[in-house]
Amino acid sequence: MSDVLVSVDNVSKKFCRSLKKSLWYGVQDMAGEMLGSNSERDLRPDEFWAVKDVSFELKRGECLGLIGRNGAGKTTLLKMLNGLIKPDGGRIEMRGRIGGLIALGAGFNPILTGRENIYINASVLGLTKREVDEKIVDIIDFSEIEEFIDTPVQNYSSGMAVRLGFAVATALEPDVLLLDEVLAVGDAGFRAKCYSRMAALRRNSAVIFVSHSTAHLARLCNSALLLAGGEVSFYGGTTSAISKYNEQFALTTASVRSGIGSVRLSAIKFFDQNGLARDRLHYGSAVRMEIAVIADVFIPSLVVNITFRTNSQEVAECNNYVISAPVSVLPGRLVVINSEIREFCLNPNTYNVAVFLLDADMVTHYDWYENATQITMIGGRPATAPYQIPAAWSVSTDDAL
Amino acid sequence: MQPEKILPITVYTPESQMRSPLKLVKAMVRDLKDSRELAWRLFVRDFSARYRQSALGIFWAFLPALLSGLVFIILQAKNVINLGKTDIPYPVFVIIGTTLWQIFSESVNAPLKAVQGGRAMLAKINFPREALIVAGLYEILFSVAIKSVVVLAVLIFFKIPLGLGLLLSVPAVLALVMFGLALGLFLTPIGMLYSDIGSGLGVLIQFWFFVTPVVYPAPRSFPYSLVATLNPVSPLLVGARDLMTKGFIADAAPFLIISGCSLVGLFLAWVIYRVAMPVIIERMSS
Repeated sequence: MSDVLVSVDNVSKKFCRSLKKSLWYGVQDMAGEMLGSNSERDLRPDEFWAVKDVSFELKRGECLGLIGRNGAGKTTLLKMLNGLIKPDGGRIEMRGRIGGLIALGAGFNPILTGRENIYINASVLGLTKREVDEKIVDIIDFSEIEEFIDTPVQNYSSGMAVRLGFAVATALEPDVLLLDEVLAVGDAGFRAKCYSRMAALRRNSAVIFVSHSTAHLARLCNSALLLAGGEVSFYGGTTSAISKYNEQFALTTASVRSGIGSVRLSAIKFFDQNGLARDRLHYGSAVRMEIAVIADVFIPSLVVNITFRTNSQEVAECNNYVISAPVSVLPGRLVVINSEIREFCLNPNTYNVAVFLLDADMVTHYDWYENATQITMIGGRPATAPYQIPAAWSVSTDDAL
Repeated sequence: MQPEKILPITVYTPESQMRSPLKLVKAMVRDLKDSRELAWRLFVRDFSARYRQSALGIFWAFLPALLSGLVFIILQAKNVINLGKTDIPYPVFVIIGTTLWQIFSESVNAPLKAVQGGRAMLAKINFPREALIVAGLYEILFSVAIKSVVVLAVLIFFKIPLGLGLLLSVPAVLALVMFGLALGLFLTPIGMLYSDIGSGLGVLIQFWFFVTPVVYPAPRSFPYSLVATLNPVSPLLVGARDLMTKGFIADAAPFLIISGCSLVGLFLAWVIYRVAMPVIIERMSS
C-alpha cells in the first residue's frame, strides 16, 4: 500500500466579487445541491477562479509549503482540503485523521477559563474527554500558561491565547496536518518550540503549510507549491519555489519616493569586476555601486544609505554614516558617489534596492527613494538566511584523543 | 514505523451529496453520533458563560412568559378585553399558554441563533455541523425543564388535579419543540445568507402569537375558527395544554398528523442544512 495521504487532482474553486450576487448565487447553489444537479462549471457574471486546476500529492513524512501573494488562493485551497468548502471542480482524496489549524483559538470563549476552553476546543477538533484528560498536562506545559490556566481567557494576552490554541491543535496528532500562517504570531521563543513540535509531527504526518515567511518554509518544507492568481505557477523544490516567489514579488513592487528634494538621486548602477554595469551579480564577487546625485544647494555632509529588501523585509544595508564618512556635495552638477564592496555575499535571490539620501543630522530627508532599482544575485547554492558569510572551511584531527 | 492500520478515506468532489442518498444518510447518522459530546460541551460552554454574566440567571427561562401572561390576566380580570370563557381558571390557561408559546418561539429561533453563534468556528474548523443544532436542542430542553417547574407550581396553586395527562404532555411538548426546530432549521440556510430571515422571523412570531389560541380559547365560529384549523401550531399547543390541565386531547387527529409531519420535516430540514452548509461557509464572512 502506498503511503500517499493527500492527493489533489485538478481542483478548482470559483468565488464572486460582488456580495449581492454572491448571496444570490449561494441560493442557486443550495437549490442545485438539493436537486442533485451538477452545477455547471462555467463562470457566472462577476465570478472568477480563486483556485484553478491545482494538483499535487503528498506522502507521510512530507511537508508541502504553500506560497503566493495575498489572494493567490492559498487559504481557499486549504479550506477545501479541510472540507470547509466544496471544490467546484476536480477531486481531493485524503487518508487518515485530518487536523487543521486554519485559525488558532477558534471557539475560545472569553468568559470561560483556559482549562474549560481546552476541553471545548479539543472536542471541537475531535478529541474525546478521555484523550484530553491524558494530554492536558502536556498541553498546559507546552503553552506555558500554568499560572493562568484557571483564569478567564479574556484576561489573556493575544500571545497566550495563541500558545494555548497551538498546543491544543497539535495534541490531536493527525495524519494530515493543515497549517495556515500559524507561526506569524507569538514571540521568538514560542516560535522555536512550534518548529520542534511541527518537526516532530512531520515524522508521522503529511503537513501542508501556508506561510509568507520564506525562512519558515525553507526550514520546514521539502517541497513547495507557488500559487499565482489561483493557478500553480511552480511546484517543486522549496528553494526554487522561494526564489520564484521573490522574483514575482520584486517585479510588482512600485517605486515610492518622498523627501524635500534639495538633493536627488539621478541613478544607481552596479558594476561587476570587469567594470560592466549589471543587474545580475555573482555571489561573493567584488561589486562597485555608483550613485549619481544632483544637489540644488551645497550639502556639507550627505549620508547615503543603500538598503536591500526582499519580500518587503530589510536584509542588508550599506551606509556611509556607520563608518562616519558622509560626503560633501556641490550644487548644480551631477555628482557620482562610488562605493566599493569587496565581497558581495547576499544569498542568491532578487532584491529591491532603496536609496535614502539624508543629512548627517539623520532628520532631514533629501530623497527617500524606495525600490529605486532591482538586482538579482546568482551563483552559489541558495540558503535560507539573506546574508551568507563566506568562510574557509577545513578539518583537523587531534591525535591526542 | 507504526503498524499499518486501515485509515479512513475522505473524498471531496463537486458532485452533489444528494446523488448518493444512502451515503448521505449514513454520514448524517455518524455525524449525529459524533456530535453528541461536542454538543454537550458547547451547551455547557454557552450555559456557564451566559449565567456567569447574568444576575437573574435561570429566571430568564420563564420570566417573559410569566410577565406576558400576567398582562392578559390583568386585562381579562379588569374586563378591559374579553377573550371568551375558558373551562379552566383563566390564569392557569394563560400562563401555560404563554409558557408553551415561549417554548415554541425559542425552538424556532434556536437553529439560526446557534449557527450564527458558531460562525467563527464554522469558517475555520471542520466539525460535525449537527453539534450546533444539538447544542441548541439541549438549551431548549433545559429551558423546558425549568418552565415545567413553574407550570407545576401554577397547577398546584390553582388546585388542578394532577394526573396521567401531565406525563403524556411531555411528548406533546416535545412535538411542539420538534415543529419549531424543523421550521427554524428549514429557514437557517437562507437565514445565514440574508439577514432578512432573522428579522422577519421575529415579526412572524409576534404576529403568529395573536393568531394562535394562546391567550384565548380556540374560536368555534367561522371564519375565526380558521385560527385553529389552518394554524399548525394550534393543535400542538392546545393539545399539550389540554393534556396538562384536563388529562386528554379534545381533538387528537390533527395533533397526531402535525406531530408526524414535524418529524418528517425535521429530517428534511436537516438534509437541507447539511447539504447547504459548504455553500454558506464559502459565502459568509466569519
